[in-house]
Amino acid sequence: MRLSSKTTTLLILAAVIAIAPVFFPSSYYFRVGSLIFVNGLAVTGLVILIGYAGQISLGHAGFAGIGAYACALAPVHLGLHPALAAVLGAALSAAIAFLVGRPILRLKGYYLAVASLGFGILVSMVLSNEAQLTGGPDGMAVPELGLRAVLKAIGIDLSNTEFWYAFSGLVLVIGAWLALNLYHSPTGRALRALHGSEVAARTVGVDVAHYKLVAFVLSAVYASVSGSLLALQNKFITPDVAGFMHSIEMVTMAVLGGAGSVLGAILGAAILTTLPQVLTVFQEYEQLMLGLVMMLVMIFMREGLLPSITRRIRGRAE
Amino acid sequence: MPELLQFLLSGITVGAVYALVALGFTIIYNASDVVNFAQGEFVMLGGMITFFAHAAGLPLPLAALIAIIATAGIGVALNKLAIEPARGAPVVSLIIITIGASIFIRGATQLVFDKQIHRFPAFSGDQPILIGGATILPQSLWVIAGALAVFFCLWLFFTRTLIGRAVLATANNRIAAQLVGINTNYVMTLSFAMSAAIGALAGVLVTPITLTSYDVGLALALKGFAAAMLGGMGNPKGALVGGLLLGILEAMTAGYISSQYKDAAAFVVILAVLFAMPQGLFGRKSTDRV
Amino acid sequence: MKFSLTTTALAGTLALVLGFAAPALADIKIGATLSETGPASFLGDPEAKTLKMLVEEINAAGGVNGEKIDLIVYDDGGDPNKARTFATRLVEDDEVVAVIGGTTTGTSMAIIPVFEDAEIPFISLAGAIEIIDPVRPFTFKTPHTDRMACAKIFEDMKKAGIGKIGLISGSDGFGASMRKQCLEIIGDYGIEVLADETYGPTDADMTPQLTNIKGKDGVQAVLNPGFGQGPAIVTRNYAQLAVGLPLYQSHGVASDGFIELAGAEAAEGVRLPGTALLVASLLPESDPQRAVVVAYKDAYEKATGKPVSTFGGYAHDALRILVDAITRAGSTEPSAIRDAIEGTSGLVGTTGTVTMTAEDHLGLDLSAFRMLQIEKGGWKIVE
Repeated sequence: MRLSSKTTTLLILAAVIAIAPVFFPSSYYFRVGSLIFVNGLAVTGLVILIGYAGQISLGHAGFAGIGAYACALAPVHLGLHPALAAVLGAALSAAIAFLVGRPILRLKGYYLAVASLGFGILVSMVLSNEAQLTGGPDGMAVPELGLRAVLKAIGIDLSNTEFWYAFSGLVLVIGAWLALNLYHSPTGRALRALHGSEVAARTVGVDVAHYKLVAFVLSAVYASVSGSLLALQNKFITPDVAGFMHSIEMVTMAVLGGAGSVLGAILGAAILTTLPQVLTVFQEYEQLMLGLVMMLVMIFMREGLLPSITRRIRGRAE
Repeated sequence: MPELLQFLLSGITVGAVYALVALGFTIIYNASDVVNFAQGEFVMLGGMITFFAHAAGLPLPLAALIAIIATAGIGVALNKLAIEPARGAPVVSLIIITIGASIFIRGATQLVFDKQIHRFPAFSGDQPILIGGATILPQSLWVIAGALAVFFCLWLFFTRTLIGRAVLATANNRIAAQLVGINTNYVMTLSFAMSAAIGALAGVLVTPITLTSYDVGLALALKGFAAAMLGGMGNPKGALVGGLLLGILEAMTAGYISSQYKDAAAFVVILAVLFAMPQGLFGRKSTDRV
Repeated sequence: MKFSLTTTALAGTLALVLGFAAPALADIKIGATLSETGPASFLGDPEAKTLKMLVEEINAAGGVNGEKIDLIVYDDGGDPNKARTFATRLVEDDEVVAVIGGTTTGTSMAIIPVFEDAEIPFISLAGAIEIIDPVRPFTFKTPHTDRMACAKIFEDMKKAGIGKIGLISGSDGFGASMRKQCLEIIGDYGIEVLADETYGPTDADMTPQLTNIKGKDGVQAVLNPGFGQGPAIVTRNYAQLAVGLPLYQSHGVASDGFIELAGAEAAEGVRLPGTALLVASLLPESDPQRAVVVAYKDAYEKATGKPVSTFGGYAHDALRILVDAITRAGSTEPSAIRDAIEGTSGLVGTTGTVTMTAEDHLGLDLSAFRMLQIEKGGWKIVE
């Protein structure tokens, strides 16, 4: 057990999300908060893939792209409600992950990294090349989710940024709850077993290929929903969402915070989302500082921030 | 027919660029099992430092030499300051460190130099050479010759020299290597210096063709990485063949199918090859350690 | 030990940040979100440098209506999502009265809703016509639309009797957007596209695409919408293959740097629509733009040591329009500034003479573009 029971994790998460707004001096902080939750959701999916199953992907932004563009395209072309479009995007991502996952996951380490990277690049290339459909690199508008209007009708009047803070926060808590349940399920145990050693897991009868695929498909769904949330929140989307940099960013968030724990990964998402905002004071030195922070954390806290800190606190207590 | 030849020459030119970048990956990977995502930044530094030294009045060969030595020094610093302190960290943490290093180097370059695009003159002029109705620039021949030379030197290094074998031994089993008297710290330092120098050399050779600026490293690293994986990571032969194959593939797709999807075609082929040969074309077979 | 070191470092950083973040006592707060880094840094960098330089100049001269300008610039790295966050920050946290920026069409389109909702005037520096068409109350822009650049090029082609062309465009935002807009209006000029090729923004060799264009029967000229290193490589490959047809570049490469990158020999004869800024010294004394462009060019090159580019000129014009509007409005109320921007009339900038109306939030016509040709490593006005 990394930190503590799953209830504690969820309580901490929910409490932070609920209490933080008290300290927000302006609604800009709601915007940053909701971005943290959106990124946190994608990264929670990567915890399943990287932290539980020990696989790597440098192409998960591809799934975020599918989720995002589903919300942009399905309402216009299929007449779907944006919420249903997000579900459709998630289903599509799952289906594609299922098809792509089987051959890709046979690969190991860097070979898996380059194959997943190739997949992500293919998705972003289609999104920016099929300009008649997607608007090309300049992006396209995304329809309003409409939930805020519904809430207003029943007497809950939230500003746009407040609504997205609350809504993406809620989705993140649900996502984290599902991921934590998975950890303690038989599937979770099988995943952790194959993370330890594939050969050993196979020997004790774990269907390694099957469970890797499960982790891949689940993490793809998380990334897809996260992309949908981003698109609906921004009401505008460009192929950058599926880009290589976004994939790298997701993995970095997960690993920086601690890919082994849901809370750690979300902490990583929080730090990497806030960092560019904080570093603006360094002006031209911004990039330099970002690189420096990434290196320092990984050198001095190699398992990621949260696991390293908890271990040290425990070490001191004992 | 001249079209086919032109596409081929274009593919070989671009492929040689990829191969040079891919070759830079092999030494560090062989010594430490780390894919150094800052490799592209070494290529960028080679081009940028040469340009600014040349613009400051130094003759081109001297400027290039300074760039290669300076970049090798930066490679050593990267190893000493970031990779060595993190020894024993999981591979994915090391990947993040090298990505952090690449962002850092990019940030420093834009401060020290600038964000403009630069080019210095080709070594032997810009007069195209005619080959059967198609043309190639003399600088492309320099790049191709550079890729072949680096490949040959690396092959000699790994198979014929003691220190080259020491690098391979270090990668294989660090403790065992130490036990047989290999100074593994020295091996690591040397590997980073050599990889960085190869990267910088690549930058010096390709800049008259591809141009350079503070942010060209990432795209080059991505293509070089893909080429190295296609050929099989760690094998100089794989890097050379993978790079050339990738370049030719792109040029043929752009020429005969669609220039929009030429990068896509390259990655589809990489995926197909990896599905059939999970270790790349010339990769080492590895077994799980239990 | 190591841990406490890191903690100290983190705490120190935080303290530094909080210290800096304390709001400076502002006079007129103007915000900007620009792509100083990332794939569009070629555009965003001169824009940011221009704004900083001009604000310093204005403040040294006593400010606007006696108040100093406080300029807040954020670097969105060309990422629309980041740009949106910075836009929210400018509006909600920094409480600026007006915003300049959106280096690319993608970032501009992503942040327009923020300013329209908050009713803060916003002047974009990006090319696409979608930014100002349909007109949105609070959104303006300074660069010519890409469509105008296409029109200028097609007019020149028609004059030269060119009716069939090959197109080779960059697949980045700039190239793709201009390609789209050129294709939309090309029919009006009776010009036909026989070959339509693209290349990636980081590609090293475009000879396959150009070989295909060269091999198409009947092509009379080639047009290359794009910016950054791509067009320079296209121009070099064009010379390498000895295509021998007129080559048109876009306003995206209108800078002295382009000639240097492509090489004077390869760039000989290349035509492109550019602004007065590029040919400042060639303008006749009678030209109304001469004083403005010469002053900006000299100041920028002195301050940065780099040659001016069209893109810095866009930022120059945006700030001039804004300062002019604030002066006329005599107020720093965002809505008053908006009304005054819409009332901009006869303002001479680097891109042309700007006259806005309620229906036109750009205020430029085709005459602002000048057809330029590269000759012996320099520019020549051909008209």
